[in-house]
Amino acid sequence: MQERAADRRRMNLLWLQSGGCGGCTLSLMCAESPDLVTALDIAGVDLLWHPSLSEASGTEFHAILESVRTRREPLDILCLEGSVIRGPAGTGRFHMLSGSDRSMKDAVAELAAVASHVVAIGTCAAFGGVTAAGDNPTDACGLAYDGRRAGGLLGEGFRSRSGLPVINVSGCPVHPGWVVETFLQLAFGTLKAADLDAFGRPRFYTDHLVHHGCTRNEFYEFKASAQKLCQLGCMMENLGCMGTQVHADCNIRLWNGDGSCTRGGYPCISCTEPGFEELDHPFLLTPKRAGIPIGLPTDMPKAWFVALASLSKAATPERLRQNAVADHVKVPPSRGQLRHKK
Amino acid sequence: MSRRIVGPFNRVEGDLEIKLEIADGAVREAWVNSPLYRGFEQILLGKDPTDALVYTPRVCGICSVSQSMAAAAALASMQAIAPPPNGALLQNLILAAENVADHLTHFYVFYMPDFARPVYEKEPWYAHAHARFKAVEGTAAREVLQARAQFLHVMGTLAGRWPHTLGLQPGGTTRAIGAAEQARVLAILASFRRFLEACTFADTLEKIAALDSEAALEAWAETAAPTHGDFRHFLHVSKALDLDRLGLGTGRFLSYGAYRFDETHTFKRGVFEGGRASALHTADIAEDHASSWLVRGGGPSHPSRGLTLPDPDAPGGYSWCKAPRLRGAVVEVGALARQVVDGHPLIMDLVAKGGGNARNRVIARLLEIARIVPLMEAWARSIHPREPCCYHGSTPAEAEGEGLIEAARGALGHWIQVRNGRILNYQIIAPTTWNFSPRDMNGQPGVCEQALIGAPVRAGEVEPVAVQHIVRSFDPCMVCTVH
Repeated sequence: MQERAADRRRMNLLWLQSGGCGGCTLSLMCAESPDLVTALDIAGVDLLWHPSLSEASGTEFHAILESVRTRREPLDILCLEGSVIRGPAGTGRFHMLSGSDRSMKDAVAELAAVASHVVAIGTCAAFGGVTAAGDNPTDACGLAYDGRRAGGLLGEGFRSRSGLPVINVSGCPVHPGWVVETFLQLAFGTLKAADLDAFGRPRFYTDHLVHHGCTRNEFYEFKASAQKLCQLGCMMENLGCMGTQVHADCNIRLWNGDGSCTRGGYPCISCTEPGFEELDHPFLLTPKRAGIPIGLPTDMPKAWFVALASLSKAATPERLRQNAVADHVKVPPSRGQLRHKK
Repeated sequence: MSRRIVGPFNRVEGDLEIKLEIADGAVREAWVNSPLYRGFEQILLGKDPTDALVYTPRVCGICSVSQSMAAAAALASMQAIAPPPNGALLQNLILAAENVADHLTHFYVFYMPDFARPVYEKEPWYAHAHARFKAVEGTAAREVLQARAQFLHVMGTLAGRWPHTLGLQPGGTTRAIGAAEQARVLAILASFRRFLEACTFADTLEKIAALDSEAALEAWAETAAPTHGDFRHFLHVSKALDLDRLGLGTGRFLSYGAYRFDETHTFKRGVFEGGRASALHTADIAEDHASSWLVRGGGPSHPSRGLTLPDPDAPGGYSWCKAPRLRGAVVEVGALARQVVDGHPLIMDLVAKGGGNARNRVIARLLEIARIVPLMEAWARSIHPREPCCYHGSTPAEAEGEGLIEAARGALGHWIQVRNGRILNYQIIAPTTWNFSPRDMNGQPGVCEQALIGAPVRAGEVEPVAVQHIVRSFDPCMVCTVH
C-alpha cells in the first residue's frame, strides 16, 4: 500500500448528489486511520469534483461534466449520493441540475454510461431510501434498484464499462470504512462481481449481520429483553431491533470511535436494506403474532427458535433478568471458576 | 446590464442556484433558487409520531442531530415531559458536538478555500492562504478532518453514531453513561481544545470568548504575526478584502435560544433589531408561498397550519423554498443572530458597527466554538454517572406540538399535529429557509437575496468571488431549506 502507485495509473472520481441529505459525505469525512484526504491519496483516487470538498463551482463544474460526458476525460469512478428523482411525471423537475436546464437524473444516466465504475453511495442512491418513503412524492428510486426490485434509473441489466453492476454501498448513512475500502479495492483491482451480494452490496460488510458483535448478545441468548429504550437488554422482542436479520458489520467495525446503534441504546432499523424506509409497523415496536416476534433471526428455523426461546427464557440467570431492564449494570457477573495453574 | 445564472455552488450543503442581474460592475438584484424538492412533510403524514425521530434527522446529514432534537422537543411538548438532569446534559452535549463540528467544517472546508483561488494570487497574503486552505490539498484539510473525526467520537460514545442517531428522545437520551464514559468524553474534549488552541486560535478559548469589542478583537489580532493561528489569518484577509462591507443583511435577527435546561436557554431566545433585543412571539411566524413552486393555499400561514404540496408550474415560482417571515419582516438567523440576541459584547459591537456581513457571520461562528467547548466541558463534568438519563412518556392520540431549537445555522422549528395517534400535519422551518427564502407576496427578497445586492463583480468574472464569499458566509444548508 505504501508504493503510492507510481506504476499504477491514478483514478479520478466524480461525486454527484441528488435526492438525499448529504449525510453520507459527512459520515465519510469521519474516516480515520487514515483521514479521508490521505485515504484517497493512498488509493490513488483524485477528486475530479466533489460537492463538499472541491474548489470548482458553476461554469468550472459544468466544464468538468462536459469533458467527461464527451469522453475527452475518461471517468474512472462515478459516485451518486442520494436517490434518483424521477418526478413529477417522469420529468425529474423535482431536481434540476443547478446552472442548467436539465434534470439531474438525465445527467446521471449520461455519466453512468461513460464511467468505468458506478458506485451508489448510501441506501438512497442504491435503493431509493428515505426519500422514497411514504407515498414517494418525488418518485425517487435507486440507480439500479427501485426498493427491492431491480431496475431503477439504469435498468436491471446495467453494467458499467468495467463490466460490474452498480456497486451499492448502502447504509443510512454509510460507514466511512465501507466507502474507503470499496475505493481501495477498486484501485487495487480486487473487487469482482462475486464480491457483491444479491443486492449489489460489497460482501465485505454485508456477509455479516448487525447482530454479530452486538454487546447485548448474552441478553439475546437468554431472551432477557429490554422493555424500554435505554435499558440494557436485547431489543429484538419489544423495541423493533432487526439486528439479527440485517446485513452489515456495524457492531464489528463500530462508528465514530466506539459507537453503533445498539451500543447507543436504540435498535437497528435495518438502514442498509432495500425498503427499510417503509415498514408496516412503527420503527421502535416489534410486530408480533401470538406474542412471538414476526421477524425471526436470519437462517433460524421458526420451530427451533420458538423452542429455544422458551427454554432459554426459563433458564435466564437472575443477573440478566435484572440487568435487562436496568440502564446500568445492576448485578455484575459473579466470579468465574477458571482453573488456574496452581 | 446582464443576467446570469450561477450554479451549482459547491462547499455549501446541498443544491443552490442563484440568478444575478449585474450592472456597472455590481450585483443589482438576486434570485435564490433551491432546486431540490424531496417532500419530507408529505412523507411524514400518517406515520406514528415517534417515527418522526427516524425520518426527520434524514432531512439533513449535516444538521441531523439538530433535526432529531427539534423532533424530540416537539414530541416532548405533546407528552408534557422533560428529561432528567443527566438527560438534558447529554442532549445538549450531543447537540453542541454537532454545532461545533459544523462550525469547524464550515470555516476550514467550505469557507476558507475561496481565498486560495487563483483570482487572489497577486495578494500579499495569498501564499499562506493557498498553502493552508487550498481545497483538498491545503495543510489544514488533513489536520481538520482528523481533529473533527476524533471530536465526533463524542457521538460514538453518547449517541451511537453520527449522523442519524436515534439516541435523542423526548425524555432524554438512550445511553446512560458511567464514570468511564464520562472520563472518555472529557478526554476527547480536552484533546479537541488543544487542537483549537494550537491551530485555530493560537490562544486560549477563554481569551477569545472574553473579547468584548471590535477594538479588543483588532488589538488581539495585532499581538502576533497574521499567520499565527487560522482565526487571525482570517481577520487579516478579511481586512484586506473589506469582507465587513460585503453581504449586508437585514439587521433583524432571530434566535430560538440554544442549549435549554428546564426553562432556561444557555444562549437566550429572542429577536434583535435596532440595537435592542425583544421577546419572540412564535405566533408572529408565517410562511409565504408567493414565489415557491407550491400550492398557494390561502396566503401566508403559521407553520402549525402549514401546507406543503408541490406545484412545479405555480405562477411566479422560482424556488422550492417557502418564505418564512416574522410579523411580515425578513429576519436573519445563525450564529451571529444567536450571539447578538444573547448579548455577547463583541458581537453586539460588531453588529452595531456593521450589521450582518460576510466577516461578522464568520467571526460569530468562531466565537461560538470558543464559547461552547468550555460549556461542553462543564456539562460533561456535571453528569452524575449511574443516574437516569431518560424518562418515558406517551403521545396522546390527539395533540399538537412545537419544537424550537438552534441548529448550527440558526433557528430550527418543527410543528406537529397528531390525530387518531397518527401524524396529521408536520411542518419544518429550517435555518436556511429563513436566510435563503425567495421573495414573499410583498416582493421582499430573502436575507441572502438582499445581502447580494451591491456585491462587486470584477472584470471577466463569471462566478463573482464576492458573491461566493457572501453566499458561503451564511453557511447555507440547502437540503434542510426545502426538505
